[in-house]
Amino acid sequence: MKHMTEEELIAYREGLAEGHTAISEHLAGCEQCRAEFERLEAVLAALDTLPVPDPGADYGRRVWQQIAPRLPEKRQRWWQAWIEPRRLAALGAVAALIIAAFLAGRYTKHGGQSDNVASREQVRERILIVAVGEHLGHSERMLVELSNAEPSNPAQKEVNISAEQHRAEDLLEENRLYRQTALQEGDTGLASVLDDLERVLLDVAHSPDEVTPKQLEAIRQKIEARGILFKVRVVSKELQQRQEATQPAPEQTSSTKKEGKV
Amino acid sequence: MNRMQPSVESPQAIADSDALAVERTLAGERDAFRVLVERHSQNVFRLAYRMTGNQHDAEEIVQEAFLRAYQKLGQFAARANFGTWVYRIAANYAIDRLRQRQKEESRREQPSAESKDGMQDDPMSRVADEAPTPERLTQSMELRKQMEQALAALSHAERTAFVMRHWEGCGIEEIAAVLESNSSAAKNTVFRAVQKLRQALQPLVGTRAQARAMGTEP
Repeated sequence: MKHMTEEELIAYREGLAEGHTAISEHLAGCEQCRAEFERLEAVLAALDTLPVPDPGADYGRRVWQQIAPRLPEKRQRWWQAWIEPRRLAALGAVAALIIAAFLAGRYTKHGGQSDNVASREQVRERILIVAVGEHLGHSERMLVELSNAEPSNPAQKEVNISAEQHRAEDLLEENRLYRQTALQEGDTGLASVLDDLERVLLDVAHSPDEVTPKQLEAIRQKIEARGILFKVRVVSKELQQRQEATQPAPEQTSSTKKEGKV
Repeated sequence: MNRMQPSVESPQAIADSDALAVERTLAGERDAFRVLVERHSQNVFRLAYRMTGNQHDAEEIVQEAFLRAYQKLGQFAARANFGTWVYRIAANYAIDRLRQRQKEESRREQPSAESKDGMQDDPMSRVADEAPTPERLTQSMELRKQMEQALAALSHAERTAFVMRHWEGCGIEEIAAVLESNSSAAKNTVFRAVQKLRQALQPLVGTRAQARAMGTEP
């Protein structure tokens, strides 16, 4: 007869075994396994006698009294989160971008209707490129600083990355808005890189203020594994080239116009 | 006060009442959260105490778990069970607390040879006596000490898995979520915990019949 393993007996005792009935039948007929099971039962039964202090019938009320002063009077509604200073700053940046693009398009009038539309789109794209370029530059600097972070004091075991963490939180808000804008503009390549960047920013923003060298190494490895710094540099370079390409041809100055007329 | 007694309510009635309290809290009624705190504090305390073995730590975990639950209430899925959810928050925080405590202890430069009660801690007392006398075994305080030491010797993950499964009857998926692992790994952690406890305590406990005779079986 094949006897039961310790693991099978534990699984049976803890309600984790498949074929519960088959094991029960086996235990009923196998003295050796039954004895083994009884020994296991005895240990667990002894552990069950360990007392848990009774915090008292009014414990829940006491917990409430202790935590109530620490709870904000009213919970923040979902839309209230959007009026936090950090989010407002990001929203402001994008709003400024949209207004600038609108005004630039409105007041840039060249020739006919089709020229006008094309020019407006160019201006809009140029503004987006500049803004995203700056955002990528800031993100790259933060990630490089994080990759080079070390304890301020060699005796310290943990590295304080709270500055990078806060910057990552700010960049995260901007990144989300730029990624959505890039998607709306149909720029899937840029949206994809911003998506990768968002994941890394999210990891950094959710890290503890102080990390052990091992945790920091894990963050570095995540940054490296995604090749995010390389991607950010490539896209920044591409954006720079696009910016140069969308730059309007230098207009004739009034003096040269006059000269031409002469 | 809208307090309901868990002992006389069906699980469905509790879940419905919890869902209503969550909804009202989310709508800005802070006092609605009180119902949830008063209803679930005892259970969370029991879990926290079994995970830490320390009443002060357990009380701190209970408070922190409810504070975190309040802050994250917007993320709580309405269909989920609030009791299970706050349990998970408490278990996660208890693991952090255990890690922190371990770190603090390892930082102490000169570990004291004295135990908490000021008595000299004889390392030999941690070793299970190969041939314990019935008199010694009947000393439930001694056995209790050994059991507490055996639990303390488990890794944080093993202790969490054992407490959640054996004492709190949590599902493997739930344990896996707290341990940030998969179901198979969580199951193995439960097995490992029981094996270690058995190894440490069986020489003291013997068989179930002996345990019954010793009065260590409920």
